[in-house]
Formats: sequence, structure tokens, C-alpha cells
Amino acid sequence: MGKWLTGSGFFCIVLSIGAFYTGYACQKKWKKAVLNPILIGAALVMLALWALDIPVEQYRNDCKPLTYLMTPATICLAIAFYEQLQSLRRHLPAIFIGVLGGTLSSLLSVWLLSRALGFDEVLTVSLLPKSVTAAIGVALSEQAGGVGALTTAVISATGIFGNIAGPQLAKLFRLNDPISKGVSFGTASHVIGTSRAMEISQLSGAVSSLSLTLAGLITSVILSWVLA
Amino acid sequence: MKYIRQLGIILLFSLAGDVCHGLLPFPIPASIYGMVLLLLALTCKLVKVEDVKQTGDFLVSLLPLLFMVPAVGLMACWEQIQSEILKMILLIAVTTVLTFGVSGLLTKLFHKGGEQDG
Repeated sequence: MGKWLTGSGFFCIVLSIGAFYTGYACQKKWKKAVLNPILIGAALVMLALWALDIPVEQYRNDCKPLTYLMTPATICLAIAFYEQLQSLRRHLPAIFIGVLGGTLSSLLSVWLLSRALGFDEVLTVSLLPKSVTAAIGVALSEQAGGVGALTTAVISATGIFGNIAGPQLAKLFRLNDPISKGVSFGTASHVIGTSRAMEISQLSGAVSSLSLTLAGLITSVILSWVLA
Repeated sequence: MKYIRQLGIILLFSLAGDVCHGLLPFPIPASIYGMVLLLLALTCKLVKVEDVKQTGDFLVSLLPLLFMVPAVGLMACWEQIQSEILKMILLIAVTTVLTFGVSGLLTKLFHKGGEQDG
């Protein structure tokens, strides 16, 4: 195809939104966490780039206006976090201990397993923030020399796993109160898990949402301290 | 003017995050600095929730779309990782189950007399 279409600075962004929306519509229609809009959208974009013979570098470059918004959008996670801190103040000590323990075991187990499976440094660093939200995890991974694209995929996979297996895991570990369920979903599987916790109960959803941001903050403190 | 003001405040914290990242010696991303600074400002009532709420909610709702862009980059590093893909799935499953269990059980242990499921 000629440059009249793909040469426009808007083409890649419109393509991205269209692909993402298609992924979102699939998930809404079939209600399956596997149909994650990020994964479906990315796959559709890859297909379109391949079909139209657009290099990934050009795609990334044309999408810079979107990338530019990442920092301000991540910063705004603080707003919901602040509101939840106010409403969940009473449960905060228990939530904090749960998130801290969960985050430590996540980082430690990823590191140990990466060692055991013979992963190199770059891959290990890309995997370490796998349980925190992409907004925080990708920045941490890249800061530490990991591959952002890989971290995004791993984080999405973790979220989808938590979303699907979460209810069974809650039964397995005999978590029967909404607070500990919320902490589990948020700490282990960030935003994607939180959407499942919200279906369980409003309180679980709010706790999960608080936990995911807290897990992100704790992970950044630990990683920057360990890797410094 | 409301949205311009809200956007201005949010970008101010983005700038502050970048400045901290540039000046301080820790390997913490600019977005985390900005987030903590905004959280502190909200806690100290320097910024009110209404000062950033609508624009903030809009930006947060964009996050999944924003993260689809780097995910497309997987195309470029596929060769490197395809041999490790099964091991990575194993690692994701094992560590996620562990994290789920530890965080939930610790919370349950310290959350005495919590309310039951609704």
C-alpha cells in the first residue's frame, strides 16, 4: 500500500486504538480473561504491521504521543490509591503485612526459579516485576536493564492466570473473607486480577485495587534497593 | 479551564518526577517518584482530589492502551525468547500461586474478626 495511508502520523495510533477496541469487544462478548485486550490488540497490530510491511521501529515512533502519556497516567494511580487509603484505613495493617509478604515471596521465588531454570540476567530482570501493574513493572524492568516488551507480556500473562485461577486458589488456601481475597488478587495479579475480585464483592475489589498499587510501590523500593 | 488546570497539575508532578529521577541517585523510575509526590501532596492537602480527579481518571483509563504499544515490540525480540517460553509459563504459574497464597494467608492471620463474605 502507498504512503498516502500509512505515511500519516495518525495511522499507527488509529490502528492501535482499533486493535485494542477489537480485543476489548471480544472480551466483553465472551467474558474470558484469556481474551485480554492488550494481548489481542498487540497480536492484531503485529498482523497489520506485517501485512502492510511497516517496520516495528516506525510503529513505535508513530506511537510516541501515546508513550508520552505513560508517566502522567501512571502518576494518576495515586488518586484512586489515596481515596482507598481513606476508606480502608481500618484494615490497613493487615493489608500491608499481606502485600509485603506476598511481594517478597514473589520477587524471591521469581529470582530463585529463574536461577534454577538457567535464565540469563536480562530475562530474570524482565520477569522480576511480573506481579505488579504494567505501569510500574515495565518502568522498573527497563530501569534495571530488562526488556519492556517482554515484561508487558509476562505481566499480562500473570494477570490473566490470577484472574482465571484466583477463585480456585482462594478455596485452596481457605481464604473466606473479602479482605484477604482482595489482597491476594491485587498482590499476585494486579489490575487484571482486580477485575475478578470486583466480581466477588465490592470490598474485595477495593482492597485488591489498593493492594496492587501498594505492591507496585513496595516492589519499586525493594528492586531499586537490591539492584542499586 | 478546569481540564487545563487539572492537566497542568498532573504534568507538573510528571516534571517533578523527572527532576527527582535526574537528581537522585536511586534507580527508581520517574513515574514512581511522581506518584509518591502526588500521594504526599494529596495527603498533606496541598492538592485536593477534585483538582486532579476527572483528568486523572481519564489518563488512568488509557493505561491498558498505552501498554499495548510496547507489547507489540515482542515481535522484535521473539527469536530470543521462544526457546524459553514453556519454562516462563511454568515460572509464572508457580510464582503466582505462591504469591496469591502467601499474601492472602498473611492477611487472614493478621485480620482478626474480619467480616464474612457478602
